[in-house]
Order: sequence, then structure tokens, then C-alpha cells
Amino acid sequence: MEFDTVTISRLITAMTLIFHIVFATLGVGVPLFISLAEFIGIRKKDKHYELLAKRWARGFVISVAIGVVTGTAIALQLSLVWPNFMQLAGNVIALPLFMEVFAFFFEAIFLGIYLYTWDRFKSKYTHWLISIPVIIGAGMSAVFISTVNSFMNSPSGFTMENGEFSAVNPFEAMLNPSTPTRVFHVLGGSYLTVAAILAAIAAFALLRKKGAAEYHKKALKMTVISMFVFSILTALGGDLSAKYLAKHQTEKLAAAEWHFETEGNADLVLFGWLNEDNEVVGAIRVPGFLSFLAHGDFTSEVTGLEATPEDERPPLIIHYLFDLMVMIGFFLLAVSFLYLVLSRFKRWDVHNKFILWLLALGGPLAMLAVEFGWLFAELGRQPWILRGYMTVEEAATKSPYIVHMFFLFLALYVVLGTLFILTLRKLFKDNPVELDLEKHYPELSKGDKK
Amino acid sequence: MSYEVIGISVLWIFLYGYLIVASIDFGAGFFAYYAKVTKQDHIINKIISRYLSPVWEVTNVFLVFFFVGIVGFFPSTAYYYGSALLVPASFAIILIAIRGSFYAFENYGSKQSNIYMFLYGATGLFIPASLSVALTISEGGFITEQNGHVSLKYFELFTSPLAWSIVGLAIVSVLFISASFITYYASRANDIPALHLVRKWALFWATPTIIMALTTMIALSQRNQQNYENMIDLWWVFGLSMAFFLIAISLLYIGKYYGVAFIAIMLQFLFAFFGYGMAKFPYLLYPQISIENSVTNPSMGIALIVAFIAGLLLLVPSLILLMRLFLFDADYAKGKK
Repeated sequence: MEFDTVTISRLITAMTLIFHIVFATLGVGVPLFISLAEFIGIRKKDKHYELLAKRWARGFVISVAIGVVTGTAIALQLSLVWPNFMQLAGNVIALPLFMEVFAFFFEAIFLGIYLYTWDRFKSKYTHWLISIPVIIGAGMSAVFISTVNSFMNSPSGFTMENGEFSAVNPFEAMLNPSTPTRVFHVLGGSYLTVAAILAAIAAFALLRKKGAAEYHKKALKMTVISMFVFSILTALGGDLSAKYLAKHQTEKLAAAEWHFETEGNADLVLFGWLNEDNEVVGAIRVPGFLSFLAHGDFTSEVTGLEATPEDERPPLIIHYLFDLMVMIGFFLLAVSFLYLVLSRFKRWDVHNKFILWLLALGGPLAMLAVEFGWLFAELGRQPWILRGYMTVEEAATKSPYIVHMFFLFLALYVVLGTLFILTLRKLFKDNPVELDLEKHYPELSKGDKK
Repeated sequence: MSYEVIGISVLWIFLYGYLIVASIDFGAGFFAYYAKVTKQDHIINKIISRYLSPVWEVTNVFLVFFFVGIVGFFPSTAYYYGSALLVPASFAIILIAIRGSFYAFENYGSKQSNIYMFLYGATGLFIPASLSVALTISEGGFITEQNGHVSLKYFELFTSPLAWSIVGLAIVSVLFISASFITYYASRANDIPALHLVRKWALFWATPTIIMALTTMIALSQRNQQNYENMIDLWWVFGLSMAFFLIAISLLYIGKYYGVAFIAIMLQFLFAFFGYGMAKFPYLLYPQISIENSVTNPSMGIALIVAFIAGLLLLVPSLILLMRLFLFDADYAKGKK
């Protein structure tokens, strides 16, 4: 059978990352909310929040397990699937990779402690304090790994001599031009997504009207407020990222916006499609907004795709990914804003079906936005693996077995994904909130039934 | 000492760390399944899961640490090992994934199922086997390079006595280390029935461990003369290893001081592992990669060492805390907390 090892290499990495990112995002965000809930619970002496923290933690363990094993997979695959890339770039990105493992190590230790010491300390705050290193560890892994990815987009901190890197400055490589905006956007987006997912769980539980309404309403309030805050921050991060692209990586922004000719007062293109002559059809054009997005000025000039040589242009499909990501971002902002406004007025019931359905929808959409965002970022730098230095083709393994490995990993992720859902369902179905409340906090469950 | 020597020493320490913590973990999986089949699971499973639950994630990090570190310090290893090990390392990833996630599914999700337990036990033995392929090919002669395409000679590998000896050694060592650790943990927990059971296992697996070690030496002498001669020159290191083995076995036999016995076993493997590592020096992959010609550039090397020291300052106290809470806290081990 004839096949192309480069394409398979790309597919295998894409598949692993698409799967891993779900659990990585949960891994970064969930500890923050567990910690918040536990803190509020201790402060207000409110058992509902305490239970919220415990139940989130219970589900979190399962997702961490998959996050860890798929993270191990991607770490090894970097060398297995892209040996030439690692040989070259290992000289420059070893430091952040190494530090990422340290952060992961730190998180793993304290997560183990946190999960198994709920009732072991005299002061409740002691146990809560253990959640802080978990949040820091999770956040720092995201930061370090984002610097590695940023380096691939905007390599810096070295000089190239005879095909090898020399005069390496590890810190300059880590703090390359795209690092600040990317780290900001990734962290904000992860917290936003997790807030949206936890809110969706609460909203869905309220829709099913099975009891423990007070518990779910508290969860909803807390997560939707966070959703609102983080969606503003994430949008800001996204705006800064676009400004970075306009300055340093023009071909990615131009491809995302189907902006072919360099011009001032450039339009923002929403949706639409391309006809056979590569002309944009059926799109909504927002005059001048691309210039504003790119440089904060409606008249400024935005570099078009034609400035980039044809064989170095990213695929034009990334436009859809970009649009979908942005749309979902604004949807989350709008829904959480609506909830907050309605909850101010006593006359309207904020927990009406319409709002709850919107919030229930928000969780899965947020995770989709994370996937779209990453696909956009990664496809947007094709054909490069190291922008300007090494193409994906030069970096891939030449082993013919890669195609077998693809199916092996595909099977693995299908099994893991299925078991993840089954286990979570079982875990929470066999042990619903009502039962938990009755067992551990009998005084609260009575209040709920009124 | 030059920074590449510091680098490889650090990495070797981490690989050794992985060898110990992972052996405990892998062996425990096997014993848990074995106990189930022989209907002894009520005796030891509680003790195994009490120890493993908080630490299994940490175990995994040791491995990630090693291979991220080695690619960082010696980027050429990514090219040779990465290309050649695509298949065996992918299998190791799959096994690790099955094992790690099933462990979580089983412990936090559903009730005990036979299939889970079997997979958990079986992967525990297959993972060391698939990872040990890396050690085998490092002896040289198992890979070819043509037009920038590195590939593994599978026939050569599967018919090599050295490869099978190393696999055998890895598996029996895992069982020996694990059984002696659980013996110690059971004695901490004052769990007499469990203690009696696992002490027998520890004593049983001691013999194949030594036999496989000697077999591997012989196979190595035929495969890589240079490495073998270096090992003979370091005879005193292996002598120390043997001495600690005898101490451990005697303590296990008389049934006292299980903590000391386990430390002796750790030292036995420490000396054997470092003796082997020193005998390989300066090769990471014979004869393609030596430590000097593959090292990363100096500024990165120094940055890595600084990061390493800073990381250790953070990790060592955390690890001590973890161990105090779950390992040396007798009440926890007994199941009172």
C-alpha cells in the first residue's frame, strides 16, 4: 500500500493533541474551581460549597488520569514522530519542556496529597492551602508548554549556522514574540472553558429538576460569574493575539480573514465561502474592522496573503475555524452577561428554561472553541514546523510503521474516551447529589425539600 | 566535571528513581491479579491500593522526566532512538495509558472487574519489557541508517539472547523489588497475614533476579566486548551490589528489619545500575552517540542544570511531605486515616 508518512505523522499528532487538549484544558481549569468552592465553603460555613468541591474533585481524578497518560503519549511522540525536529529544536526548547515536567511533577505530588487528606488536618484551611500548589502547578505547565508552541510559531533566541542552532539563548527562546499573548489567551480560555462546562453541568441538573436545586443554583452562580470574567479576559487575549499576528505572522491572520491584497481600512470577513476563483461569496463584511483588529486603527494597512510566497501559505480553511472560535467566545460572554443582568432583577426568574438551555449548551461549545482555536493556530503555521526554519515534511519520521501506529493510537483513544464517559456517568449516577447530601449533610437535605 | 557528565548523571539518577518506584507499581499490579486468581486478594489488595492511590501519578512523572531530560541534554538521541523506537515505544505508551487510566477507572469509578485486574497485572509486566528494548539497542548493532532513515533490525532484536535476558531481568527485578516493598509496607501497617504472604513472594523472586543478572552479563560479553570489559574493571561496584543483595535476603529470611532490607535492595540496584551506566560511558548509543558529540549547546546545558537545581529545591520537600503523609504515617498505612 502506498501512503505518505508525512501526512500520517501529521494525523497521528493531530489526533493525539485533539484528544489530549480536552483533558489538558480540564486539568488546568478544574483545580481553580475546586479550590474556589472549598474556600467559599469554609468562609461561609456553607456545606453546599464543600460538597461541590468534593464532587468536582471526584470527577476530576478520572480526567486527570487520562490527561496524564495522553500527556505522556504526546511527550514521547514528539521524539518518535518528529525525530529530526527534536534533534534540531531540542537545543533551544529543552528548557521549557524540562520546566513543564517540573510543574507537572509538583502538581502530581500535591494533587495526590489533596485528594487523600480531606479530613486529616485540624484546620480546614490547611487542606485548602494544598489546592494552591495544584493550581500553580497546573497553570505553570500550561505556561511552559505554551512557550514551546510559541517558539515554533516565532522562533528566536539563536542564530543559524550550517543547519544547526548556535549562540542559543534559552530565555529569549522562551520569551519569544508570541509567548505573552499566547499564554494569556491559553490560560484565560482554559479557565473560561472549565467555568462553562461546570456551569453546563449545573444548568443541566436544574433542567432535569431532580432535587438539590439549591446546591446546583449555588454552583451555577459561582461558575457563571467566573465565565463572565474569563470571557472578557479571553477576548482581550484574543485581540492581543490578533495584533501580534498582524505584526509578526501576517500570513496566518490574512489566511484566517481571506485577506488577499494588502490594503488599508480592511474589512473583517464573517463566514461565507470561496468559489472556484478563490473569491469570497456570501460573507458578511464588517468595514474597517480587520484594520482595527490588527492595529487598533480603522484605517491602518493590513498585509495580505499575496505578500507570502505561494508554497508558504497556510490552508484557507482556517477561516472557518477562526470564525467559529470567535463566535463561541462572544456567545459565552453574552449568555453569562444575560444571566448576571437577569439575576439582578427579582421579578424575573433567572433559572428559566431558556437561560438554562443556553448555559447547558455553552459547556460543550466552549470545549469546541478550544479545539477550533488550536486547529486554527496549528494549521495556520503550515507548512512550517519551525516557522521559517524547518518544514513539517523535513521533520517527520520516515518509518513506514507510522501508519500502523496511527490505528493503534486511534483504537486507544476510542477506548479511553468511551471508558471516560461510562465511568463518569456511573460515578455520578450511582451517587447523585441528593444521596451525598442525605448521607453526609442530613440537615441540608431537609431544607432542600421544602 | 563538565556539564554533560552532570547531565547524564542527573538523568541516570532519575532513571534509577523510575526503576524503583515503577517496579513497586508494576509488580503490585501483577501481585494484585495473582492474589485474585489464587483467592488471596482479601489479604493484600487493601494494602496495595492504600499505598498506590496517592502516588501512581508521581511514578509516571519520573519516566517523562527522564526522556524529556535526555532529549534536552542530548538532542541527537531524539533522532536515533526516536526513529528506531517508534514501534516499541508506542507500545509502551499504549500500555502505560491502559494501565494508568484503568487504574483510575477501577479505583474511583466502577467496582472490581476481572478484566481490569488482568490488564492491570499484565501491562505491569509488558511495560518494563517494552521499555527495556531501549537498553538493548543502546549496546549497538540493532539499528541501521540509510539515506537519513534510521530503522530497527527487528529480526536481529528478536533473535538476540541479550534482548531476552534484559527483558527477563527487567521482569524478575520488578517482581522482586515490588514484593520486598510491599513486605515493608505491610509490616508498617502491622498487617501480619499480608506480611507473611508477600515475604514469601519476595524470597521466591530473589533467586531468578540473580540468575537473570548473571545471564545478562554473559549475553552482554558476547554482544559488546567493550562494555563487558568496562564492567569487569568496575568489579567492586557489582561486588557491593551483591553484598547488599545478601544483606537484604538474610533480613527477609529471618523476618526482621524489613525497612533496612528494602533499603539494602535499593542499594543493590543502585550499585548495579550505576555500575552498568559507568561501564557504558561515554556512549549513549554504541557507536553512534557518545556523550561529547551529542550534547546540547553550553548555554542550554547550564540553563538545564540551573532549572534542575531549582526544581529539586521545590520537589524534594514536596516528595518528603508526600512520603510522610502516606508512607511513614503508620496510622495511614493501617487504614485508620
